[in-house]
Amino acid sequence: MSGGAINDGALATFAEEVGADGPVACVGGRTQWSVGGAVEAGTREVRAPAGIAEYEPAEMVVRCGAGTTVADLDAALGEKSQCVALPAWDGATVGGVLAVGRSGIRRLGYGPVRDTLLEARYVSAEGRLVKAGGPVVKNVSGFDLCRLLVGSLGTLGLLAQVVLRCRPVPAVSRWFAGELDPFELRLRLHRPTSILWDGTTTWLLLEGHPDDVAAQAAFARAPEVDGPPPLPTGGRRSVRPSELRALTGRFVAEVGVGIVHTAEAQPPAALSPGAVELNRRIKHEFDPSGRLNPGRSVLA
Amino acid sequence: MPDALVADLRAALAPERVLAEPLELTLYARDAGIIEGHAHVVCFPLTTGEVQACVRIARAHGRPFTPRGSGTGLAGGAVPVEDPVVIVTTKMDRILEVDEEDRVAWVEPGVLNLDLTHSVAHLGLHYAPDPSSQQSCTVGGNVATNSGGPHCLLYGVTSAHVLAIEVVLADGSVALLGGVDAEPAGYDLRGAFVGSEGTMGIATRIAVRLTPTPPAVRTLLLDFLSVEGAAATVTGIIAAGIVPAALEMMDAEITRAVEDFVHAGFPRDAAAVLLVEVDGLPAGVEAAAQVVADVGRVHGARSTRVAADEAERALLWKGRKSAFGAIARIAPNYYLHDAVVPRTRLVEVLSRVYEIAARHRLVMMNVFHAGDGNLHPLIVFDRRENGVMERVTAAGEEIITACVEAGGVLSGEHGIGLEKRDYMPLIFGEADLDAQARLRHAFDPDGVANPTKVLPAGSRCGDLQRVPEGAWI
Ligand SMILES: Cc1cc2nc3c(=O)[nH]c(=O)nc-3n(C[C@H](O)[C@H](O)[C@H](O)COP(=O)(O)OP(=O)(O)OC[C@H]3O[C@@H](n4cnc5c(N)ncnc54)[C@H](O)[C@@H]3O)c2cc1C
Ligand SMILES: Cc1cc2nc3c(=O)[nH]c(=O)nc-3n(C[C@H](O)[C@H](O)[C@H](O)COP(=O)(O)OP(=O)(O)OC[C@H]3O[C@@H](n4cnc5c(N)ncnc54)[C@H](O)[C@@H]3O)c2cc1C
Repeated sequence: MSGGAINDGALATFAEEVGADGPVACVGGRTQWSVGGAVEAGTREVRAPAGIAEYEPAEMVVRCGAGTTVADLDAALGEKSQCVALPAWDGATVGGVLAVGRSGIRRLGYGPVRDTLLEARYVSAEGRLVKAGGPVVKNVSGFDLCRLLVGSLGTLGLLAQVVLRCRPVPAVSRWFAGELDPFELRLRLHRPTSILWDGTTTWLLLEGHPDDVAAQAAFARAPEVDGPPPLPTGGRRSVRPSELRALTGRFVAEVGVGIVHTAEAQPPAALSPGAVELNRRIKHEFDPSGRLNPGRSVLA
Repeated sequence: MPDALVADLRAALAPERVLAEPLELTLYARDAGIIEGHAHVVCFPLTTGEVQACVRIARAHGRPFTPRGSGTGLAGGAVPVEDPVVIVTTKMDRILEVDEEDRVAWVEPGVLNLDLTHSVAHLGLHYAPDPSSQQSCTVGGNVATNSGGPHCLLYGVTSAHVLAIEVVLADGSVALLGGVDAEPAGYDLRGAFVGSEGTMGIATRIAVRLTPTPPAVRTLLLDFLSVEGAAATVTGIIAAGIVPAALEMMDAEITRAVEDFVHAGFPRDAAAVLLVEVDGLPAGVEAAAQVVADVGRVHGARSTRVAADEAERALLWKGRKSAFGAIARIAPNYYLHDAVVPRTRLVEVLSRVYEIAARHRLVMMNVFHAGDGNLHPLIVFDRRENGVMERVTAAGEEIITACVEAGGVLSGEHGIGLEKRDYMPLIFGEADLDAQARLRHAFDPDGVANPTKVLPAGSRCGDLQRVPEGAWI
């Protein structure tokens, strides 16, 4: 485990390091550093503490430092046949994945990243440690700041430690592919974990009991393959799932979800004026001086 | 005699959709909890435009507003305080669009939870969050309280099923939060609004996710001679890597009350029963049901009854869902608590909860979502009995404290409202409450949307200038 033991002392040290003045950005694995635009020059960089603080498999929740890599976390959980529904790009950290907020290609089966975060301890723009949410799987005590933090690109607070919901590792997990109608499969199969489509070929990830996986694969008439196709990394677009039917050009689409991976960069998505104003007010409330990740914006 | 506020509202809506007669208003002074407020004027808009008009007129008269659905809330969220204009959404009850392919429905906030599920059943779909009050609560109320239900263990609570919300904000403007595409731009405003209990504006249109009906289902009733055995089974099932669709526990008292009420064949002499449902594809379901039965046996289950068909399954669920009807026959009043503890600490917390009730000489029953550690201690009493309310309140406070001491939280699904507002400092420090107050402030800078709810007075650190900077780090 990288980073070693993580305790309250480590959190306090991180808060001190973030401090209360001057531009500051939190660095994870730097795998998605450009999302939301470049950070202004002269911004101080800090790193969140790493390591697992608490893991009780029978609770199916884990508490860890935000600087822990997803790979390290999954390795530890894997020993108890559990995992977290976070995408694990090489070197990506838990805090980075949550701050970017984008789900991986298993979202159809596992749900979005935002539903994984149960509690967050973050350092505010004032340099104070703040707790959001709680360490249990169901909680409506107060407002849902965790949802707000996921996808906030480190512009509202810097994640120090988080509690995540775990899920059981499925008994089997297999990819299949062929020239199939992905939209038909989406309607006919029960909760496949992923359906990818490039306009010609459909890739299908089936997980669960071996007999169910075999039966669903037979229904789909698709041979097994090694894994998913490489995803174009130039851009990412979000549409209503049924709009995927009309796609042309080079792409890989997440069917049933509505994410399109493209080779070309994509323009930022539009937002209604009312929502833009709320975004502005939230940023102003949480970081009035604009010191957290200056230059970077969730609307870029 | 109608005042100027009432006259303006009547002119903007229609006279018959603005109530101001004292007798009509008593119905809106409380929700299903025990706290009482006072309604001065209650309106029933039909459209987003009319909701905007209500908000603007309230503000023009210097009044706050309180959104209200069916009033089944238990935390006092819809209780009118500070003389608000009460805006009831129950007449906005149309299902606007059902998209079978995207599995999305756009609904107005007054649509009843179960009506939504019934209206899409012919498509093989349903709306997954299933609060026990689903026959009468609104989808808007569910969004505002982030409601849960038995089947939220596997499928997730309301927040996981809401994609977009059209909201009338406190200044009367309209904003669309979230979207029906996968990754709407900006901060997750939708996520921030869900569970805001009417303090961030009024939801006027909601896009919800619809869930396909699973191809296979197994429903099991396990019967135990000790609460400990039942609770250990709960932990054992989760530890074995099974996440059932539902995992509910009923203790001896409630099991007997329910059995006498619905005659579903629940064992009247059990110390506790577990109602477990697993769903999905057939082989996985069979395997999971076997694990559930095995874990139960290891922890002393006396019998395991597997529902043979849909009729038997419906009967078992009828037992679980009739719990509130059943207790109405025992005593006229009840106080339903709601707290969550780590599931590995269920046994210890339950025994403390029983001890607290006994010490206060109160009748208590437990019927709850054991799978996610969501306790619902239910105190039944007769309000007319002298001094009983003091004992009910004192026991409630001790129960909450016990749950928090075990590492739990104040509420799993009913929310904070007025009921638990002043307990918030039990789990949140000043910096934590300040952050929540900032979120609220971004949505409602003047604090006119359902004032005094959720956050205790002084949550905003600015309100407490005299505390030295850094004192609450
Ligand atoms: C186009 C795209 C495609 C993707 N495709 C895949 C894929 O195919 N497979 C997959 O597994 N994953 C994929 N991902 C997700 C990706 O793994 C993570 O989003 C990413 O790795 C972030 O982790 P990091 O540690 O490298 O963060 P960094 O790149 O270091 O930082 C990203 C952002 O998060 C902020 N941040 C980092 N740590 C914190 C913290 N502790 N608190 C607050 N803010 C913080 C940074 O300031 C920065 O703004 C994709 C993401 C994108 C954008
Ligand atoms: C017998 C019984 C069983 C219950 N079981 C459960 C259960 O299993 N799970 C569960 O989660 N809850 C349960 N509840 C609690 C309650 O039913 C839920 O909280 C429900 O979501 C409230 O819906 P409502 O329409 O009655 O809302 P109301 O009680 O009218 O309002 C609740 C809150 O939502 C706000 N609100 C209402 N509509 C809107 C809107 N359109 N926009 C913004 N804010 C709004 C109100 O201001 C208030 O703060 C139960 C209640 C009872 C009486």
